[in-house]
Amino acid sequence: MGRHVVLIEDEPNITEAIRFLLTRDGWQVDTHADGTDAVEVILNAAPDLVILDVMLPGKSGMEILKDLRAVAGMEHLPVLMLTARGQARDREMAEKAGVSRFMTKPFSNTEVLTAVRDLHAQAKQG
Amino acid sequence: MASLNALILVCLAYVVVLFGVAFAADRLAARRGARWLGSPLIYTLSLSIYCTAWTFYGAVGYAARSGLEFITIYLGPTLVMIGWWWGLRKLVRIGRSQRVTSIADLISARYGKSNLLAMGVTILAVITVTPYIALQLQSITLSFGAFAEADPSRNYNDTTTVFWVTAGLAVFAILFGTRNLDVNERHHGVVTAIALEAVVKLVALLAVGIFVVWGIAGGFGDAMARIDASEIGEWQVNSSRWAVITFLSAAAFVCLPRMFQVMVVENEDERHLRIAAWAFPLYLMLISIFVVPIAAIGLDLMPAGANPDLFVLTLPLSQGQQGLAMLSFLGGFSSATSMVIVAAMALSTMVSNHIVMPVWLRARGDGASVSGDVRNIVLYSRRVSIAVIMALGYFYYVLSGGGAALSAIGLVSFTGIAQILPALVGGLYWRGATRSGALAGLSVGFCLWVFTLLLPELGSGLLTARVIEQGLFGLGWLRPQALFGIEGLDPTVHAVMWSLILNTGVFVCVSVASIPNALERLQGAQFVNVFDHSSAPRGWTGSVAQCEDLMIMSQRILGAQEAQAFFQRELLRQGGRGPLPEPTPTFLERLERELGGSVGAAAAHAMIGQIAGGSSVSVADLMAVADETAQILEYSSRLEHQSAELNRTARELREANGKLTEISHQKDAFLSQVSHELRTPMTSIRAFSEILRDADGLSAEEGQRYASIIHDEAQRLTRLLNDLLDLSVLENGQVSVNIATGNLGDVLDKALASALTGTAGKLAVTRDRSQEDVVINSDLDRLAQVFINLIANACKYCDSPDPALRISIARHGTVLWVDFIDNGSGIPAGAQRMVFEKFARVNPEKAGGAGLGLAICREIMQRLGGDIRYVPDRPGSVFRVTVPNVTELKNSGTS
Repeated sequence: MGRHVVLIEDEPNITEAIRFLLTRDGWQVDTHADGTDAVEVILNAAPDLVILDVMLPGKSGMEILKDLRAVAGMEHLPVLMLTARGQARDREMAEKAGVSRFMTKPFSNTEVLTAVRDLHAQAKQG
Repeated sequence: MASLNALILVCLAYVVVLFGVAFAADRLAARRGARWLGSPLIYTLSLSIYCTAWTFYGAVGYAARSGLEFITIYLGPTLVMIGWWWGLRKLVRIGRSQRVTSIADLISARYGKSNLLAMGVTILAVITVTPYIALQLQSITLSFGAFAEADPSRNYNDTTTVFWVTAGLAVFAILFGTRNLDVNERHHGVVTAIALEAVVKLVALLAVGIFVVWGIAGGFGDAMARIDASEIGEWQVNSSRWAVITFLSAAAFVCLPRMFQVMVVENEDERHLRIAAWAFPLYLMLISIFVVPIAAIGLDLMPAGANPDLFVLTLPLSQGQQGLAMLSFLGGFSSATSMVIVAAMALSTMVSNHIVMPVWLRARGDGASVSGDVRNIVLYSRRVSIAVIMALGYFYYVLSGGGAALSAIGLVSFTGIAQILPALVGGLYWRGATRSGALAGLSVGFCLWVFTLLLPELGSGLLTARVIEQGLFGLGWLRPQALFGIEGLDPTVHAVMWSLILNTGVFVCVSVASIPNALERLQGAQFVNVFDHSSAPRGWTGSVAQCEDLMIMSQRILGAQEAQAFFQRELLRQGGRGPLPEPTPTFLERLERELGGSVGAAAAHAMIGQIAGGSSVSVADLMAVADETAQILEYSSRLEHQSAELNRTARELREANGKLTEISHQKDAFLSQVSHELRTPMTSIRAFSEILRDADGLSAEEGQRYASIIHDEAQRLTRLLNDLLDLSVLENGQVSVNIATGNLGDVLDKALASALTGTAGKLAVTRDRSQEDVVINSDLDRLAQVFINLIANACKYCDSPDPALRISIARHGTVLWVDFIDNGSGIPAGAQRMVFEKFARVNPEKAGGAGLGLAICREIMQRLGGDIRYVPDRPGSVFRVTVPNVTELKNSGTS
């Protein structure tokens, strides 16, 4: 199992920070800033893990997640969701949509790294 | 020998006694001291005014001339009293519920309160009754004459006697008949005096009869033998005359004004009719029982040519029975005076109410306003009417010479008054009877009566023998006593038949053909269904039943508890015996007020009137009920209006609530947005600061770059916080506006310099300086802030490869349009309104700010009294700022 991450995030500075952290941890990071074609990007890249922002131009992270889970073989792909809104309602919606882990911005770098490693380890075991 | 002086003395003494009795009865009645004044006995006796001098003297004469036919005069009333007392009760009930004052009033009331009809009946009554009064006067004269003959010592003069008798009767009638202003008050004095007279005439006739049978004839058997021997026994019964006269006397008994006066107007309690129904026929029987013996023995004993009308008087005189003759004289005197007094009273009421008052009111021209002095006028007009009627009787007597047989006048009079019968009976039982029908029937009957009976019998001077023989205008079928060629009938039968048949026929036909007005229909229903509309008279049992009805009604209206409490209170107030209070007038008034509070005064009055009787529902009552109904309708429409208003208020509240909810949602959304906008730069700051902190082997270049990101994001946070504070201040109106006078061009210069700093001249700006040379009155710094925002937006969002901005100025009155036009693709139609909302960004990728800029601009322009809006459908995006308070346009002269 490889270490391939697709990051869907429209804030360039946040994208850069995460890319830096994960690359240094040995991940291959692909980034994408638009929600509209995010599902195709993910399916084409066939990553080991997805990091998804909620508020995206074109299509929200929630809808992308739902559409992704509906695709055969994508039911158990680890998805880490990040949101700046951080309301309880958003977490519920995300869990309903089949999120693997939900994190509120701003996060600490170690939290992101830990989450990514845990999810990857679980996926490997499962 | 009989002394005329003694007779006059006795007569005067009798009159004094009558005055005394009447006076005492009035006094007693005023103090409500004697119950017997209103007893059935007095009522029955007062009915005996039916028996006038005509019956007292005339019956014997009648019997002497026509045998038993005189019985018919008594038979009619007897049949009415026994066979139709319930009909009389209906009359009495109507009389009371409608507060009727006379037969004319009754007819008028029934037919829509028509005064024309009342006037007609009054004239008919005066014409028929005047000869009848004259007849009574004549009888008094004749009886005086009988005494005078026996007393040659006196020089006796008919006319003088009649004059004084007439004057005396007029004074009596005026004194006791017009004492009270209220016609509805019963005349106790008159009625009691009449009852006394009724006793006197009965006693007198019985005394003479007993004297004749046992004193002269020597016992009952001998008397019968003498009757058989006399010519009375040989008289043949003329059946048509019997039937007609019986019918006529029955009709007259009901229709005669004086009978109506005592039977209906003076009636104290309608239950008296039950007793009168047998007591009055008994009285008639007693008074008629000795008529035939007196007639037979009179014919036997008295010289041929003696007036049989005076047998009652002359028989005792001839036998030397001075005392008995005196009593007999008093009996005849009583018969005459009682009739004259009551007839004069009844006629005067009719004449005064239906002729004098309407004429007088019309002459005054203000018929509607009836003030206090009118009551005096009523009183005087009634007194004058009595005097005039008595005078008419007197002059009729003097002019006619007093020759005709007494009974002839009686039957003519009866036939005349019977013309009222169809209208009366029809009015009581037939709702379809109309005013026009009654008028037409009465007129036809009256004319036929005058033509076929009155003129041939009494007015010989007016109708020539030629007309009687050959008919009117020489037309054979218009002979008064053989109308339409029907000959050989008795003149009375002929007249009664034609007048009443045509009267009834015309009455029915015209009634069917005519349409009654509303009042006629209403009154018709009130009359025909009087027992449904009014109540039985008050008495002990009646009152309890009545009070129960009142209680039931009150419970329905007030509710059981409140009604019971009210009745309990009233019972205590009355001294509290029995389960329910007595329905005294006070109690009824209080109850009416109590009910009035719930259902309105008029409705309460009508309801209590229905139950307690006294007065039935009048038109005025109905009108008042209708008025209240209208008020209730108005009230309910007001309620409807109020309920509509409530609905509107509720809708407004719902809308306000919706708005509040929406605002609350907007606030949540706003907070969520603020949270997002704050967290996003903080995320970057935190991430990169951690990277820098934990950095092992981070190149200097990388370190530099990450530090500058932190710096940019920190600035972004600051800008966001500044914008939020700015917007908050603007929205709350806490901002102070510094109005100053300045040049628009200067403001634009400043704004462009500020906005374009650091953009490296990427945006090409086109201006027309000549247009910009305008003096404006505004907060110049705030205006500059708006311009900076728009220019910065053009820098950030203009998607043209060679972005360009043109600033164009146009003046419209006192306002200035400053347009910022770029050459980009513009804002999509759906987002054009949204761009002014907070945190709204059309293209987030390019967003440098928080999305509050345009929202702030809008707030500022609203504060400055201007406006900012997006101008759609133009190439590129066009933002138009409307600047108010432009004082001067300088360019025209200077440039």
